[in-house]
Amino acid sequence: GHVSCGLLSGLGHCWFALAGKRRGLAALKKKNGGKFPTHAKKVAPVAAATKAPRMYPADDVAKPLAVNIVRKPAKLRSSITPGTVLILLAGRFKGKRCICLGQLPSGLLLVTGPFKLNGVPVRRVSQAYVIATCTKVNMPSVDITKFSDSYFKAAESKRVKKGEKEFFDEPKEKKALPAEYIANQKALDAAILPALSAELKGYLSSRFTLRDGDRPHLMKF
Amino acid sequence: MSGERVRLFVKAQVLGYKRSKANQYCHTSLLKIDGVNTTKEADFYLGKRIAYIYKAKTQKKGSYFRAIWGRVTRAHGNVGTVRAKFLKNLPPSAMGGSVRVFMYPSRV
Repeated sequence: GHVSCGLLSGLGHCWFALAGKRRGLAALKKKNGGKFPTHAKKVAPVAAATKAPRMYPADDVAKPLAVNIVRKPAKLRSSITPGTVLILLAGRFKGKRCICLGQLPSGLLLVTGPFKLNGVPVRRVSQAYVIATCTKVNMPSVDITKFSDSYFKAAESKRVKKGEKEFFDEPKEKKALPAEYIANQKALDAAILPALSAELKGYLSSRFTLRDGDRPHLMKF
Repeated sequence: MSGERVRLFVKAQVLGYKRSKANQYCHTSLLKIDGVNTTKEADFYLGKRIAYIYKAKTQKKGSYFRAIWGRVTRAHGNVGTVRAKFLKNLPPSAMGGSVRVFMYPSRV
């Protein structure tokens, strides 16, 4: 009498077929000489004897979970490399073509006009607000370590909370850009400008614009 | 130099709200982006930010112009129409009006 496998279909296999391969606990025991394999028992370290604290908070205060965030800079699109000409899409310099210098640890891109050509200073810009063209500049190795995120943070004047008195005062004059920034810009441009051909200089001086009939989704940038 | 004015947005027409025959869902608008005629072409514009710009009688922050911002959410149909959601639903007076589809956030 062979039991039809239909009855035992819930088991997945015909039970008889597995008779040769013992997989159960009994088989394990047999394999290891009659005993289950075990890890060596971990001995808990003896806790140093501490005195019970004298004060307890009235309510059980939940301990906030430890925050183990590792912040990485945003993944850079493969089309953006140091020396790529970028088109800025928004902001004061929209439409301007500028040169990408690299990515800062915050994830933002470091970019320069060069200032002499199109008025774009050394600036930070987000990847999302930029179109990478396929034009690349052979960048001389420029030292951009001094342009860090904190360099730009200092340029933003601290917003002083307006007290009542200050509310009625005349607005403060615009602080002139410290000479250091201007000198850094000049030095950076002096290093980059020689690497640009006259054609490229003209290109960087011009702005990108859409005209009637233009279809960005069909354009090759 | 192209001068002060640069256009970095694509014009689109507001067709109406997402709707069936007798019901409309005002939270989603339908847009016809200039020059986009197939679903494949519309792929470029997904996620792009949109501004519906209108004029108002009173000045706010020094301007009579105001904007309702939104984003392109997905294609609609086969001929390049696109669905968009705005922070505030578009007013019905916007139907037939135009809207600016910017090129950011850029994926190029």
